[in-house]
Amino acid sequence: MAYQLKEEMSKPERFSSGHRMCAGCGAPLAVRAVLRALEPEDKAAIVSATGCLQASTFPYPYTAWEDSFLHSAFENAGASIGGVETAYRALKKRGKVKGNYKCIAFGGDGGTYDIGFQSLSGALERGHDFVYVCYDNEAYMNTGIQRSSSTSRFADTSTSPAGKVVPGKLQNKKNLTDVVIAHNIPYVAQTTFMGNFRDLHQKARKAVYTPGPAFMNILAPCPRGWRYETQDLMKICKLAADTCFWPMFEVEEGKWRLTYEPKKKLAIEEYLKPQGRFKHMFKPENQWMIEAFQTEVDRKWQDILTRCQ
Amino acid sequence: MGKRDRLSGNEAIALAMKGMNLDVVAAFPITPSTEIPQYFSQYVANGETDTLFIPVESEHSAMSACIGAQAAGARASTATSSCGLALMYEMLHVGASLRLPMTMACVTRALTGPINIHNDHGDAMGARDTGWIQLYAENAQEAYDNYIMAVKIAEDKQVLTPVMACQDGFITSHAVENIELLSDEEIGKFVGLYEPAEYLLNEEEKVAMGPYDAPAYLMEHKRQQAEGMMQALPVIEKVAAEFAALSGRHYGLIEEYQTEDAERILVVLGSTAGTAKQVIKNLRAKGEKVGLVKIRSYRPFPAAAVAKAIKKAKAVAVMDKAEGMSGIGGPLFGDICVAMNGLGGPRLIDYMYGLGGRDVRPEHIEAVYRDLAAAMAGKADEEQLIKKAGPYYRYLALREE
Ligand SMILES: Cc1ncc(C[n+]2csc(CCOP(=O)(O)OP(=O)(O)O)c2C)c(N)n1
Repeated sequence: MAYQLKEEMSKPERFSSGHRMCAGCGAPLAVRAVLRALEPEDKAAIVSATGCLQASTFPYPYTAWEDSFLHSAFENAGASIGGVETAYRALKKRGKVKGNYKCIAFGGDGGTYDIGFQSLSGALERGHDFVYVCYDNEAYMNTGIQRSSSTSRFADTSTSPAGKVVPGKLQNKKNLTDVVIAHNIPYVAQTTFMGNFRDLHQKARKAVYTPGPAFMNILAPCPRGWRYETQDLMKICKLAADTCFWPMFEVEEGKWRLTYEPKKKLAIEEYLKPQGRFKHMFKPENQWMIEAFQTEVDRKWQDILTRCQ
Repeated sequence: MGKRDRLSGNEAIALAMKGMNLDVVAAFPITPSTEIPQYFSQYVANGETDTLFIPVESEHSAMSACIGAQAAGARASTATSSCGLALMYEMLHVGASLRLPMTMACVTRALTGPINIHNDHGDAMGARDTGWIQLYAENAQEAYDNYIMAVKIAEDKQVLTPVMACQDGFITSHAVENIELLSDEEIGKFVGLYEPAEYLLNEEEKVAMGPYDAPAYLMEHKRQQAEGMMQALPVIEKVAAEFAALSGRHYGLIEEYQTEDAERILVVLGSTAGTAKQVIKNLRAKGEKVGLVKIRSYRPFPAAAVAKAIKKAKAVAVMDKAEGMSGIGGPLFGDICVAMNGLGGPRLIDYMYGLGGRDVRPEHIEAVYRDLAAAMAGKADEEQLIKKAGPYYRYLALREE
């Protein structure tokens, strides 16, 4: 069936508005778009790691989640959803649960690339039937924009500040998607918000309906941490894809496939420029930073192209 | 009725696990509790149980998976020791505050460092304020019985609080003893099926668990949680009575041994009670009025029962198997002081003993009773003792050179 955004939007909403996420934040879009991939008759059991998403969508006594939802801690979304999924199998086997449930976990980059990494890796290796969605906003936003291993090199964050002698974050962004792929799970995808969300939707459907573990890494900008105008969210995402900073691809049963190839690969400055966290890179004496950033993007892009052939 | 067997405490726990109608067990190896998941996964591999076993990659994930499973509507349990329990620390709080009635077989062992695999209570004492009920066992039989009762205590609607059934590493977990076992059917019937009121996979009603709790709410939620802990005292007794009807074995919040007319009393947790009972028999034969209070329910702390048991004594030794590093004695001593607050009563002396598996022999217990006799007669060499360990507590069987 062809994808129709309008039709998808007419499905009953599973993540209600009125939550307390900032305007121009990518995380709620990621949640909505993933949950939209569920068939309306399928139920979901959702886990979220501690972070902006959890804190802003479930302040007692309110919740934005229409499905059953568990927040346990920051570093354990993988193990938590693994427990939920095992309970589901146990209860289903005993006839205590009749309907179909899909187990979905959400975590920020801090909860996924860093503190929750072991828990995620364990759950992937054990092969639980679940989807893990990382909404990657490239820093610990909830605690005030500290660097994570996902933060891009040179980014100015509150624990990798651009100072007189240190030019922001010193290390390159960890390639978590690659690390997840190395777990040899049935489905891995990298995506972001583009156009009519077709790419995200199709990947979410595959992730949700592929038996076994599936992982989605969704670049989900943060207006406060990245310092862009809230209305520019979609523009930034498109630039991330068009500069090949954030390649859109999927790996199904070990087969790599590029799902978006920009007509013209843009220079990385286009992506960096609208973001205040990279402002210092545009000082004339810091031209080398932009070059180094571009080199890293090109290296990763070439790598993906090779693997997707 | 019960079947007699010769088993270690660990194997007994694993056998209990098989009968408890558990949906999920998640565990990670650590000495001395490792055998529990080993035995259990063998039962799973042989089709002797339909419980699903999650071989997690850490104890943090064991507790997290148990929380996820129990929140989803399953009955979940785990086993651990020492560093494993410490790694779970944050999650112990999370599980207890979500009011998830999970169970854990805790095989107590010293906490690193330096690393040491032998018994003391440093691990369990680190978890005493996490909101888990803690039961301590004297022997493998009691460990087995406590673990089975734990399910019913935890799931009681007035309680809804997770339970840790503790036994002493190696001393009871590995030593083979005569044990009277219940059949899987008897255990299953005793614990019944888990019927949670709210759970993630409830098809009739969805639920959201684990909110952000602002200052306007957290205090009330903590007060409610504390209520569950307080309500556990009568429930532990009620469940013990039901268990006695099934097994013929009786348990209270505490066990008093020869305290009726005792002038000198020892207060202990765990396996030392067995050694102490033997010493008491010998001393009683010589006409000495000595007795013992064994604390079975440490959390919640049965303060009234303890106070009643020791109030009439002249001198009481509190035996702490965890150096709380407070500078004023061990954790059990602190609880006993609270229990006796304002009641007058006996002279209380705290002993630090048995750390890292240091042997606790009858002559050590005899020495404690001798100290108590000296204290009663006003003859204790206080100055000498203060020099050794400060004014508040003393060490037993510590090498001084
Ligand atoms: C064990 C632990 N360490 C630290 C924290 C504090 N903390 C809460 S959320 C958070 C950052 C979350 O970052 P991320 O996962 O990237 O999600 P975001 O807030 O950016 O959406 C931190 C450091 C915590 N809750 N638990």
